[in-house]
Amino acid sequence: MTTSVVVTGLGAVSPNGLGVQDYWAATCNGTSGIGRITRFDPSGYPARLAGEISGFAVEEHLPGRLIPQTDRMTQLSLVAADWALADAGVRPAELPEFSMGVVTASSSGGFEFGQGELKKLWSQGSRYVSAYQSFAWFYAVNSGQISIRNGMKGPSCVLVSDQAGGLDALAQARRQIRKGTSLMVSGAVDASICPWGWVAQMASGRLSTSDEPTRAYIPFDGGARGHVPGEGGAILILEDAEAARSRGATAYGEIAGYGATFDPRPGRGREPGLRKAMELALHDAGAEPDEVDVVFADAAAVPELDRIEADAITAVFGPRGVAVTTPKTMTGRLYSGAAPLDVAAALLSIRDGLIPPTTNSIPSAAYDLDLVVTEARPGPVRTAVVLAKGYGGFNSAMVVRAAA
Amino acid sequence: MPAHSFTLADLRRILLEGAGTDDEVDLDGDILDREFEALGYESLALLETGSRIEREYDITLDDSMLSGATTPKALIEAVNAQLAVST
Repeated sequence: MTTSVVVTGLGAVSPNGLGVQDYWAATCNGTSGIGRITRFDPSGYPARLAGEISGFAVEEHLPGRLIPQTDRMTQLSLVAADWALADAGVRPAELPEFSMGVVTASSSGGFEFGQGELKKLWSQGSRYVSAYQSFAWFYAVNSGQISIRNGMKGPSCVLVSDQAGGLDALAQARRQIRKGTSLMVSGAVDASICPWGWVAQMASGRLSTSDEPTRAYIPFDGGARGHVPGEGGAILILEDAEAARSRGATAYGEIAGYGATFDPRPGRGREPGLRKAMELALHDAGAEPDEVDVVFADAAAVPELDRIEADAITAVFGPRGVAVTTPKTMTGRLYSGAAPLDVAAALLSIRDGLIPPTTNSIPSAAYDLDLVVTEARPGPVRTAVVLAKGYGGFNSAMVVRAAA
Repeated sequence: MPAHSFTLADLRRILLEGAGTDDEVDLDGDILDREFEALGYESLALLETGSRIEREYDITLDDSMLSGATTPKALIEAVNAQLAVST
């Protein structure tokens, strides 16, 4: 019997709400965080909308020593980790340092910090580049800074597989608990809404160029035209279910199953890997498709990618066989931060018996999906599937389930 | 005498700009003989501090000098010694 791994703490930083309570209230109410970019002047760029986090005053949350050495994504990660640990009722200083580890995902690293230092390099010279650039830009820096701040010396790493990475990180954290680490801090926060990060994202060719916040990011809609990027994500605390129970912790639910695949080379006529990833995750969870109450879709909002995802969901669950939602229409795509935030939403759906809506999209009849639109849908939720596809062919699926 | 000298006030300002400070440490207190490590400044913070001093005062501080100066007093003396040579 493999160890059951549960989530005991959540920390959310989202364009539509800072902290789990605000995020979840906004998400169930259909409140969007998408608007015109304010962090730089976007008028010269083809894509001008983003899901930005507003009202985050870093100096209220972190010691002054950490601020000059951290990118925004790291600052948000550290605060989300603090909130998740507090939510779990865990005080790391009281626990053995090698019993705790950190696994996060990252898709871009600290672009805003890096852009600032590169600008100093070409405009002022190498003597003006911060010593902290040595790590502040780096993919693994969020894992590193969380582990240093909280004295966690157990297994730690970073997963880099675009949006799929958020689930890959949680799966790696689950493995580490099964190998004997008592507590893992996991999830992801990405934030690269700066000119350099923006241009890098534009290169995917998948950004929406609409200026209408309510029509720019509309997955599974006949007018889908790409996505709006956002910043944020979630950090989760994972523990062995038995250990969590014995210390009196309340579990949001279990990370019950995980599957990952890589797409075949395009043009070979072979089926994309998403369906298989879902089947692997369900098998890993020992769950049948009819036990699943809701699927949190990846929601690329690019017609051919929506088609692939809808076909995969329909192949596993049958036509309109399961409720499908994608609250990321309120946040934009958060890259590696997206799936951990969806896992948090899935666990809160289980807690409250409420599926948050997909806002703005008018489902196209071309897809045989039971998309939860306009309003949150009440009803018991016991098992949820979260999907995440990463640019370049990564597919990951995770099953979360009410704690036994 | 060099045209300008490097004081504790200068060091405080540069530490604050380059590496920040924590609530637990009072940089305005008596810090001259305290170890940088105890003040919360690890090797990278000192590297950043050193590079800010170098470009502001247009001097070069070699790495062994930086790593050998483990207290504010030692660093201030080393910087002033370098300033005296360069003027």
